[in-house]
Amino acid sequence: MTRATKIITQDDVKYIASLSRVHLQKEETQHLTKDLEGILHYVHKLERLDVREIDPTSHVLPLKNVYRCDEVRSSLKQAEVMQLAIQQQNGFLKVPKVI
Amino acid sequence: MMPAMEQRYETVIGLEVHLQFSTQTKIFCGCANVFGQQANSQTCPVCLGLPGALPVLNQKALEYAIKVALALDCRINTLVKFDRKNYYYPDLPKGYQISQYDKPIAQDGHLLVADENGTTKRIGIKRAHLEEDAGKLIHDDQTNSSFVDYNRTGTPLMEIVSEPDLRSAKEAYDYLQALKLTLQYLHVSDCDMEKGSLRCDANVSLRIKGTSSFGTKVEIKNMNSFKAVRAALEFEERRQQEILVSGARVVQETRLWNDAKALTLPMRSKEEAHDYRYFPEPDLVPFVLEESMIASIRCSVPELPRAKYERLRQTYGLSEYDTNIIAADQDIADFFEACAKLYGDTKKIANWLSGPLLQEMNARKVGLKDMRVTPQDFIVLLQKMAENVLSNLAAKETLKYMLDTGKGAVLVIEERGLAQLSDSAALIKIVEDVICQNESVVQSIRAGKESAVGFLVGQAMRQSQGKANPKMIGAIIRNKLLGSSITEAY
Repeated sequence: MTRATKIITQDDVKYIASLSRVHLQKEETQHLTKDLEGILHYVHKLERLDVREIDPTSHVLPLKNVYRCDEVRSSLKQAEVMQLAIQQQNGFLKVPKVI
Repeated sequence: MMPAMEQRYETVIGLEVHLQFSTQTKIFCGCANVFGQQANSQTCPVCLGLPGALPVLNQKALEYAIKVALALDCRINTLVKFDRKNYYYPDLPKGYQISQYDKPIAQDGHLLVADENGTTKRIGIKRAHLEEDAGKLIHDDQTNSSFVDYNRTGTPLMEIVSEPDLRSAKEAYDYLQALKLTLQYLHVSDCDMEKGSLRCDANVSLRIKGTSSFGTKVEIKNMNSFKAVRAALEFEERRQQEILVSGARVVQETRLWNDAKALTLPMRSKEEAHDYRYFPEPDLVPFVLEESMIASIRCSVPELPRAKYERLRQTYGLSEYDTNIIAADQDIADFFEACAKLYGDTKKIANWLSGPLLQEMNARKVGLKDMRVTPQDFIVLLQKMAENVLSNLAAKETLKYMLDTGKGAVLVIEERGLAQLSDSAALIKIVEDVICQNESVVQSIRAGKESAVGFLVGQAMRQSQGKANPKMIGAIIRNKLLGSSITEAY
């Protein structure tokens, strides 16, 4: 996790954008760097809290062990799924070649 | 041809095995978990990652994971939580895979692996975790497209990571075989590499023998059969050795095994450096495993292959060969033990199981469960042989008819007239005929060439259409030509 004490750079933002397959204009990168810096500074306030006595938690809801039985439910029809695709062919979603 | 492995290098291999569970439904939704359906016909908002859809864990998948963990002697983390592994690829509709990161369900296990000399080695299991499978991509050069089928998306998957304890391609192969057999015993997966329900990637590096630090590792993917795993690893260890011998350095990379060309090639990838930005999965609450749940799953873990092998060897005094065949299939092992309860000659049972019965199974391409023979029938067959009612050949014939018709041995022997001819008057008549027809052989036997008796026995067997008792025939011939007693055969 990025520490709030470290000011986020434009290179960090470009890197995150590339991981997310988002293409940013130069102005957008500058803008987002500033925004994200503000957010990180805000979250940084949490670091002032003393959490030594608190157990780590992976979830905020007071719930555990929510299971489902291994029973089949009906799936969507192929035609319904195809309606969601930008491009499709013979029941497959079609995307630009990835390898 | 590449040179053999040089003595000064040592191969270090770790395997990552992905196992698809054969649950009825997917891991986080109720879509059917079936192979070979029409593309994109087994999906729903959850496994397609449509907005607002929430995953719910399939209890069976969790139980299977615990079963595997127990069978591999792992330490089980009783707090089970999931994490998001984020990356963009068309086979992953959500943009992340639900997996486990810092707290895998199982850690620090091991598997005992025996080589063909019976020497066992302990191979460490570093971790095993539960996750969801991705979809399937078919790449098409002509249209410059990839086609996506999301049926596989969300199939329950367990990743089993070995320690880098394997020291050769052969050892990795043996480990994979032993792991597969163990997993098959658990009935959590069909473990079919061809169908992709068992998949294997490897990390391979070389180092100077005697050193403890690791060399640069290469990840090998796309090994789609046991044979491919062995061939790919053998190729890769030689490739790396050549690089090191020439004084160059091995490049850390992912390489794909090309089965047709029989070599590994660097993977051309548009992916960025692996940066998965794992974080706790907010859509799934944690799971706390109760001791009672683990205990009841422990009860469902059967005797495992290695333990069964040892016990069969010790209890029944079987050969390594027979035991390996019998312990390699739970049904055969159960069948053997059911027979051993009914009949004392366990060596004979083992021989006939690993021999004729297995041959028939292979010829018919079916498992033992689909063979129409019960342990009781099988024992009657062996008894008829021991009583000299059936010759070896006739017994094989009887077995074939038993399997074809589902009838018992006694009925088949009667219907097919397979009983051995042991009536001495009839046998003497056959021998006399054979003696008449083979005068020169008879002369040579009388002159001391006793080995030729076998030829006459063969002729007599032919004349009787295989039904004569060969021992009695031999004794009668010896009696007639050499004057020896014939009582021993009676």
